Amino acid sequence: MDEAARRAYWRSNLRLMAVLLAIWALVSFGAGIFFADLLNNIELGGFPLGFWFANQGSILVFLALIAVYVWRMDKLDKSYGIEEDDAEVHHS
Amino acid sequence: MSEIQAWTLVFVVLTFGVYIYVAYASRVSDTAGFYVAGGGIPAPANGAAIAADWMSAASFISMAGLIALTYNGYSGSAFLMGWTGGYVLLAMLLAPYLRKFGKFTVPDFVGDRYNETARLIAVVCAIVVSLTYVVGQMAGVGVVFSRFLAVDTSVGVMIGMAIVFFYAVLGGMKGITWTQVCQYSVLIVAYLIPAVAISTQLTDIPLPQIGFGQILGELEALQSELGFGDYTSALTGSSQLNMFLLTATLMFGTAGLPHVIVRFYTAKSVRAARYSALWALFFIALLYTTAPTVAAFSKFNILQDSSAGTLADQKWFDTWTNAGLVTGLDGGAVTDVNNNGAIDFAGDGANEVLINNDILVLASPEIAGLPAPIVGLVAAGALAAALSTASGLLLVISSSVANDVYHKRINPMADEKKQLVVARISMAVAVLVAGWLGINPPGFAGQVVALAFGLAAASFFPILVLGIFWKKCTAAAAASGMAVGIGITMAYFIWTLPSESAPIFLGNDPIFDIAPTGFGAIGMAVNFIVVIVVSQFTKKPSPVMQALVEEVRYPGRSELVAKHAEGEI
Repeated sequence: MDEAARRAYWRSNLRLMAVLLAIWALVSFGAGIFFADLLNNIELGGFPLGFWFANQGSILVFLALIAVYVWRMDKLDKSYGIEEDDAEVHHS
Repeated sequence: MSEIQAWTLVFVVLTFGVYIYVAYASRVSDTAGFYVAGGGIPAPANGAAIAADWMSAASFISMAGLIALTYNGYSGSAFLMGWTGGYVLLAMLLAPYLRKFGKFTVPDFVGDRYNETARLIAVVCAIVVSLTYVVGQMAGVGVVFSRFLAVDTSVGVMIGMAIVFFYAVLGGMKGITWTQVCQYSVLIVAYLIPAVAISTQLTDIPLPQIGFGQILGELEALQSELGFGDYTSALTGSSQLNMFLLTATLMFGTAGLPHVIVRFYTAKSVRAARYSALWALFFIALLYTTAPTVAAFSKFNILQDSSAGTLADQKWFDTWTNAGLVTGLDGGAVTDVNNNGAIDFAGDGANEVLINNDILVLASPEIAGLPAPIVGLVAAGALAAALSTASGLLLVISSSVANDVYHKRINPMADEKKQLVVARISMAVAVLVAGWLGINPPGFAGQVVALAFGLAAASFFPILVLGIFWKKCTAAAAASGMAVGIGITMAYFIWTLPSESAPIFLGNDPIFDIAPTGFGAIGMAVNFIVVIVVSQFTKKPSPVMQALVEEVRYPGRSELVAKHAEGEI
């Protein structure tokens, strides 16, 4: 990778992270804590929605966020011609 | 011996046999194998090992009860979100880059990226955090043995020590990782079977995550009938703020705990490190989305019995009264204080019974009317949870001593063989110390474990993230950030914790109503500010180090990282 490609790669990575971490904060601190009272007015499948986000939903969203991250990073690596599957160095 | 004890014994002996066999089959002969399993663990296995490492006796036995009884539903979600949300931070901010850097331990990264002072502070932080944590695990092993097999607690701890000693000293990280994969399988099966059975019984929906929506309405009605607060209502004011701080502390603490971070070094590559985080959270989520259902179903059952006046007629009530986990308000026998002809479990003055948090999981097979073998399986699952966490923590302690203190500071010329001997000896000593502390737990141990997350968040998280994402973050800044962060957090603990639990605690009122358990998030913010400010005025990292930090951000083979690996930089 040349200098320009590297800079573009890093920018794409940071952008992806920023979006995913924003969702992370909105769902856990937002829907689960600060807006839970408001969301509790909505009921879904027996669950008040704010309670559901705090008790179940946030965990499922966290899992989805990592899945999207892993998938997008694989795609990003591939678009820069990197197929990184071999074991890497280790040292003390 | 009762039927339950016999089945417990069968499962405990069977699972311990498997652990020993696996450990023997994966014994190691070099330091890379001992510290990081040779960096050759496939992602799904690594994920299962991380999950077992992560989920301790507290997650397995206590969490459902904590949510249902101590925190009365909604506010217990802080633990659910806090102990899972940290993995998002790990996956995106730390795991891939630390794996690329390619170290053996967390202090090792700190020492290389910053300097030797920072390394030593990191060693102390890692050992303090891990040791306080491991004491609880050893004590947990003793408790399970004494409850299910009626052996003395100390004997239980010693049996647990002997098992951990065998596979940790022999197999190091490789032995620990493959045993943890087995331990995960045992604990998740043991947790899910009773949950699925109860959900089917009460709602005809076998998936407890969906099923428990059906009983929430009735549960809420029972809660108000018996004088408990609402189960699902959100918090407001300072309790909302404290829930936010506690959740944040647990998240950032998770991402800063050395025994979790080190697991990403065992992955084969950067890509495998990312996938490990995904698998880990998947395996953890299986238990963490089930725990609140166990909480709600069990509380529903208990309240229904209490409301009908049949609580004392239940079989599980009998079993656990005998075990001393269900007692009267004074800790003695359960009595019908108000003479209404029934034992009442209530949220107001009518209450006549104390139910230990651990009951909810331990009694769940009995509450669901499942046969004795399942009860035995739950006991084996609880042991698996405690032992797997203990072994991961012990590895952090032994590798910090053997790699960061002995090899890096005392005798850099030591060859592989000598290093491995030192690693095994420090592991053995760590097991003995942890076992001794498990048998004679210091009075304040319970509180310190809960606070370990605050210490990890306030010390490690900021300097690890900035070390990767900010090339100009300086060594002096990292050392002072860690010291100030952990210092201010400890000071707040000493200031606010009740003075009865240890003489050094002052028992003052919290400042701005901030509970000590959530203070780690504030300590972390202070750490960030100190690092950013001090970095402006101190010597910048060398150009080579700045290039190296930049290098770990990009995929593919890197000459600079390879050279660093061979010790040329």
